[in-house]
Amino acid sequence: MRILSKEEAKQLLEKIISYSKADECEASLSGGQEGNIRYARNTVTTSGQVENLGASFTAYFGKRSGTVTFNEFDDESIAKAVRRAEELARLAPENPEHMPVLEPQQYIETPTFVDRTAQITADYRADVAGKSIAYCKNKDLIAAGFFLDNAGFSALMNSKGLFAYNRSTGVDFSLTVRTTDGTGSGYVVQDFNDVAKFDIEAATRIAAQKALDSRNPKALEPGKYTVILEPAAAVDLLQNMLSNMDARSADEGRSFLSKPGGGTRVGEKLFDERVTIYSDPAHPEVPASPWAGDGRPREKVYWVKNGVVQNVFYSRYWAAKKGVKAIPPPANGIMLGGDKSIEEMIRSTKRGILVTRLWYIRTVDPQTLLYTGLTRDGTFYIENGKIMFPVKNFRFNESPVIMLNNLEELGKPQRINGSLVPPMKIRDFTFTSLSDAI
Amino acid sequence: MKRREFIQLAGMGLGASLLSIPLMGTPVPLEALLMPRMSRADKRKLADIVLNTAKAGGATYADVRIQRSLNQYIFTREAQVQNIVNTESFGVGIRVIVNGTWGFAATDEVTPDGVKRAAERAVAIAKANSRYQTEPVRLAPVPTYGEVSWKTPIEKNALEVPISEKVELLLSANAAAMKNGANFVNSALFIVNEQKYFASTDGNYVDQDIHRIWPTFNVTAINPKEGKFKSRQAMSAPMGMGYEYLSARPEGKIKGPEGTGMTMYYQYYDMIEDATQAAIQAKEMLKAPSIKPGKYDLVLEPNHLGLTIHESVGHPLELDRVLGYEANYAGTSFATLDKWKSGNFNYGNELVNLYADKTQPYALGTVGYDDEGVKTKKWYLVKDGILVDYQAIRDQAHILGHKESHGCCYADSWSSVQFQRMPNVSLEPGKKPYSVDEMIRDVDKGIYIAGRGSYSIDQQRYNFQFGGTVFYEIKGGKITGIVNDVAYQSNTQEFWNSVAAICDERDYRLFGSFFDGKGQPSQISSVSHGSATTRFNGVNVINTARKI
Repeated sequence: MRILSKEEAKQLLEKIISYSKADECEASLSGGQEGNIRYARNTVTTSGQVENLGASFTAYFGKRSGTVTFNEFDDESIAKAVRRAEELARLAPENPEHMPVLEPQQYIETPTFVDRTAQITADYRADVAGKSIAYCKNKDLIAAGFFLDNAGFSALMNSKGLFAYNRSTGVDFSLTVRTTDGTGSGYVVQDFNDVAKFDIEAATRIAAQKALDSRNPKALEPGKYTVILEPAAAVDLLQNMLSNMDARSADEGRSFLSKPGGGTRVGEKLFDERVTIYSDPAHPEVPASPWAGDGRPREKVYWVKNGVVQNVFYSRYWAAKKGVKAIPPPANGIMLGGDKSIEEMIRSTKRGILVTRLWYIRTVDPQTLLYTGLTRDGTFYIENGKIMFPVKNFRFNESPVIMLNNLEELGKPQRINGSLVPPMKIRDFTFTSLSDAI
Repeated sequence: MKRREFIQLAGMGLGASLLSIPLMGTPVPLEALLMPRMSRADKRKLADIVLNTAKAGGATYADVRIQRSLNQYIFTREAQVQNIVNTESFGVGIRVIVNGTWGFAATDEVTPDGVKRAAERAVAIAKANSRYQTEPVRLAPVPTYGEVSWKTPIEKNALEVPISEKVELLLSANAAAMKNGANFVNSALFIVNEQKYFASTDGNYVDQDIHRIWPTFNVTAINPKEGKFKSRQAMSAPMGMGYEYLSARPEGKIKGPEGTGMTMYYQYYDMIEDATQAAIQAKEMLKAPSIKPGKYDLVLEPNHLGLTIHESVGHPLELDRVLGYEANYAGTSFATLDKWKSGNFNYGNELVNLYADKTQPYALGTVGYDDEGVKTKKWYLVKDGILVDYQAIRDQAHILGHKESHGCCYADSWSSVQFQRMPNVSLEPGKKPYSVDEMIRDVDKGIYIAGRGSYSIDQQRYNFQFGGTVFYEIKGGKITGIVNDVAYQSNTQEFWNSVAAICDERDYRLFGSFFDGKGQPSQISSVSHGSATTRFNGVNVINTARKI
């Protein structure tokens, strides 16, 4: 186990910093363990475990900086590493956008670490694969899945006395189940900080049922359809949009948030008024580290509220230049939704497509945030409140900005890929071609 | 680190705020990069400890990779350096077979005790998993070479070039772009060195020193009044070369088609010249008309076509995908074994010859031996249009009835398990003399597409959509000017059967990517794809313009 306690990390960082003669400096530590198991064709394929612990040290002389890392912690090794960083800093070119290290900050506690997740063994992982495979084999289905667990810590300190520490654990699971005739495929993806929330049999049942239900899909003409995007289908488009909410790009005129004639679209109503997206490291369902990599505290930040763009994120340099608060990029995305289940949303749909998952999503035009990609692993036609039959996969070309204007209804949010996303019913979602892929 | 995160960190997507995060390794000073970390004799001693521990634990096979990865990344924008990152990652990856089942463990404790414990962990993991094993591993034999070595044939190690020289080149390219009307320019240089020591219970000890380089930029022109912006990426390719790639030698250049004013690059790149033409083109794009959707004959330049080859040929012919091992991530393949066995599956028409080659000079995937100690080679995947082979490693060769592996096994780090990865996959140039200008003269209604753009393909590799860096409309055999908002959609088999002509070898050059992604946990791999400019008839082009 290479997870240092808060006190151990603090003592080691203080020691590293005590060796430096630079104008300013900062040191960080991170370590942990990660285990995984992968299976396909109803058999275990690869499995492994990796441990790592490292330190990074940066020295600053004026606007010059130098960074080293090392993984030996005797006095001589630490002293040598610090000296090297200082030599490198003296040789480096000046960075006109350099910012002094941060003053000490206050951080909230976030529930990112769960002991039982850190105790996962190779046998536990083998059982995950074994149960999933057994269920699928029993139904004459073919399972391909992946389970990963990690437990680690990170800590940061600088010469002004800033100290930050966080431990986290996580499990990530995904499973694709295919039918033996190759005409059906289903999928499930889940992630948790606490492994106790993970139920391999329940998860496997979801993917298996999707595989069975999606056999022998019919072809529909591409075009504009009302869609119900499950959270696993919506999350990537939302996260892509959030990652593009950078202040500097918007100010410079090269972002979807740049305004014709100059300035940004912060404060404008860009989406349907039911769209509210925020980030919050303390959210109990999707906790995240309370500090960003450079030591800035993470707080609850509204990015979009009632359809209006509220905030964009800043580098410390750009925020100083603009004279605004340096909000760091979001660590998670939480989109408000309603109470309805996906089944209820289907019942209120006259004609539409249920999408399990969108895949191979790539930017087509950064100006409009137009993305392309495909549906996958369970796409179904809905008529008069009922799923009628599975349909062939579509390629889409759509922008989350347009999509979140064409909102019909939001369902109950679910955790997906570290974010909380509701299923959403969208009208006029643009499918541009058909795919034969199952 | 995921590919998307890396690209964002590289300054192509986000501002400087995130650039201080180390990339794929940990930062170290330059002088430390150039010191050998461990002698070959010491590596052999550690390797033997691993192999003996594994055998004593019941392993029927074991291999060990002692790997040091050195990377240097330089990021600039306009007149300033944003960050210089030197990273080093050093550790040991151990793979064993016990009870017919793979087990893997890795450690950064590169000591006799550290590697012994890791070997024991690998054995324990294999034993735990063997309870659920239904397909015991069968390895194709490998000859015993004993102690061998290989090095990328570089002229100049880019890590040894002073940082000031590299910074000056990037800033000069930025200055050239700004002088020619760009509003913004980000540029970057990525230098990669993998020092890999491989040993296996087959009695092989392989020491390799692998080098790669990638200079790139993104030039942006904006029209603030209309709130519009257009970007033009570099026409460089990542290469399996040293710093000589950036020497701008004239023999490395080729004139682009008439009417474009472009210069293209073989194995030597002129970054300043390319930044100049990028700024001019980005400004032109702001004024260019939007494409009318419909069917066009496409003339695809090698630095564009390489990505289409990668997605529509390289990936579907990975045997692990075909068999279903990648079903949960990258997907499966339309190119199923029955199509291959039929011996008459028309992947493309008779003009199409596609080959895999792990020995091709300057290519990113080129090594002497793969990560299972198999000597590398060249083989055909599609011959005269017919599907003839796949990409297979030691535990897959028997499925194809092959007696040996193709030698395309790779792991992106000591901490990752090696598995089948795409070799360099390339399209053979046309046999008759035929230039790009001649090809364009023969096209009545078409689009010339240069450089990489947006790309997306389904999980069985049927349906794809590609953009590009720059698009020129062709009318009546002539290039008439830049057009915007172009993406083409097609189906792999239909597309490769629509090949009308391929230019000759004078136009053959490499496209490359540092970020071929596959596997869980996801691994990246570097790979090149060679081709000459090729014409595809009657491809569906959509218009991607939207209003928000």
